[in-house]
Amino acid sequence: MVAYNLSDNSVVVVVGSGAGGGTLSNELAQKGIKVVCLEAGKRTEIADFENDEWKMFGKISWLDKRTTSGTWRVAKDFGGLPAWIVKSVGGSTVHWAGASLRLQEHEFKARTHYGAVKDANLLDWPISLAEMKPYYDKAESKMGVTGTHGIPRLPGNNNYKVLAAGAKKLGYKEFHSGNMAINSQPRDGRGACQQIGFCFQGCKSGAKWSTLYTEIPKGEATGKLEVRPSSQALKIEHDAAGKVTGVLYADKDGKQQVQKARAVAVAGNSIESPRLLLNSASSKFPDGLANSSGQVGRNYMRHMTGSVYAIFDKKVHMYRGTTMAGIIKDESRHDPKRGFVGGYEMETLSLGLPFMVAFLDPGAWGRDFTSAIDQYDQMAGMWLVGEDMPRQSNRITLHATEKDQFGLPIPNVNFDDHPNDLAMREHAFKQGSAVYQAVGATRVFRTPPYPSTHNLGTNRMSAKAGDGVVNKHGQTHDIKNLFIADGSQFTSGGSENPTLTIVSLAIRQAEFIAGAMSRKEI
Amino acid sequence: METMRQIEKRTRLTRRRFLQTTGVTAIGVGALSTGTVLIDPRGAWAMTLTTLTPETARDLVQMARDLYPHERLAESFYAKAVEPYDAQAAKDPALRDLLANGAKELDRLAAEKGAKSYADIADEAQRVAILKSISGTPFFAKIRGDMITGLYNQPEIWAKFGYEGASAQLGGYLHRGFNDIDWLKA
Repeated sequence: MVAYNLSDNSVVVVVGSGAGGGTLSNELAQKGIKVVCLEAGKRTEIADFENDEWKMFGKISWLDKRTTSGTWRVAKDFGGLPAWIVKSVGGSTVHWAGASLRLQEHEFKARTHYGAVKDANLLDWPISLAEMKPYYDKAESKMGVTGTHGIPRLPGNNNYKVLAAGAKKLGYKEFHSGNMAINSQPRDGRGACQQIGFCFQGCKSGAKWSTLYTEIPKGEATGKLEVRPSSQALKIEHDAAGKVTGVLYADKDGKQQVQKARAVAVAGNSIESPRLLLNSASSKFPDGLANSSGQVGRNYMRHMTGSVYAIFDKKVHMYRGTTMAGIIKDESRHDPKRGFVGGYEMETLSLGLPFMVAFLDPGAWGRDFTSAIDQYDQMAGMWLVGEDMPRQSNRITLHATEKDQFGLPIPNVNFDDHPNDLAMREHAFKQGSAVYQAVGATRVFRTPPYPSTHNLGTNRMSAKAGDGVVNKHGQTHDIKNLFIADGSQFTSGGSENPTLTIVSLAIRQAEFIAGAMSRKEI
Repeated sequence: METMRQIEKRTRLTRRRFLQTTGVTAIGVGALSTGTVLIDPRGAWAMTLTTLTPETARDLVQMARDLYPHERLAESFYAKAVEPYDAQAAKDPALRDLLANGAKELDRLAAEKGAKSYADIADEAQRVAILKSISGTPFFAKIRGDMITGLYNQPEIWAKFGYEGASAQLGGYLHRGFNDIDWLKA
């Protein structure tokens, strides 16, 4: 496998190997571009995956110290764990559920369609659904998304059947087993889903798309991509002209190295990516790299989330089979008559017993709680995921005093729910409960948000340099050879799980970077 | 129509386990060169202690059950959830003090109700009232949080709740009931 010299300044350095970084690395390598992908986590392979929730949590989660503030309940329930994401080659595509949905046209133009929402920092994306369409097509085909490109949907499991029966009773029209990047039949050298469950613990059969065993080995096979695991980026360096020149990182032995670069693309997820830019402050860029707008770290979004679990008088065994292959889409429209702007999806979700006790009602104890757990095998569950409002004050900042193992300030995540988020969550809880009550639920639970899995917006796209951090290609407004390749580019959140859009943007960005390189613009 | 595949929830006793769970005698506390052996009065469990006092350990086991009471779980599972504290406390004096002082406070509150110790209060409601009164303390938060994994992450209890644990080694649920629900009306 290729190994580049640290002083080779002709390589593109990609920070992160998840949906954005892993895809971008492969796409660039396929075009013959030399890529060094720095991944903070270890290289964990399918053989290392275990069907064990806490073991895998300990093995792959990003557990570096973080702090939280703000009124969101996550700060109270999981103060040291604002985000539930992965530190491993493949990034959060190792533990994602596979839901692959396109953002809708109105969601790309949130400011236009929703109007000026008080205390929100809404902005239209500088890109439209029509422009994204060819890239969505490519991403869906690459990932093998069910229900697209003639790929059959997955069969519904018990948890889905309960959801679907309730949806039908309620008169919902659009519900099915989802658009999932999980093989419903053998494809792309990977087998079909075995209905194992444990989608969040790494797919043991490899039926679920993850950059770990698709993009990354494909990129490596070109002889152009070098992935360096256990290599955490600490700082992006630049020259006197303000162009980035390389990345300072801690290697697998903890030694600090600088990999020189022709261009740098940051894809460390929406907490680490802005943190890296902020930690790269210099005398030339005292507020951090690419931060002339002051928007780096701001507009942090994490989707309005919540879950509804319901107990029935008969068995469900919701944990059997694919975790999230089930969706009701009717509420994902923009319909302000409901009392909020934007919409939400209802998606099946199950947790194993060890996670269920931790998340059903964090902090709960006593017989009220255990009487619910006693009915674990008679539960059905859904996740509610909707568009939350970008706000200037919801942001990632550098901690004033606390430092990480490399001596760099740790990130603080501040988040206050916007009144629109609260109104939407209330509506979603009501509708989710109604779905289950329609088919005989005897008890329903409104489960508060888990640590954030959809972290978005902290280096957002904008048409004007003053409104955001990157342009429509993910290129920073301030520095031509510095790019953002993850969900932190999102201008607004939409109601959909973000991975498909992140992958589509990475495919599009690779074309742009290759073009700019061949034109010698970067 | 096929019926749903159900799960055996009864504990299957191996010979070794049978001996483990019945072989202990009715003495309360015994001394070993390696530490103190605490034996549950009902003979359901035993644990070796080097750092925690038997009184503290008994209170913690009772507290674990009162936090997460399940009739279907034998006392031994609660004891197993508490047992790791002894080794942790041996290395961590702050933890040792937190546990010892927490249990002392439980006993003090129990004495107000005329009981010898927290674990000796016969009435669950009285014990729960005591827990509620200390629910804002770091001691309570520590035990409550730890028991979530200490108790429920014991694979031996999973089947008792109808959870089957790892499935990949069995080929997943593709041919084992992922879609076998039979009571929903079309």
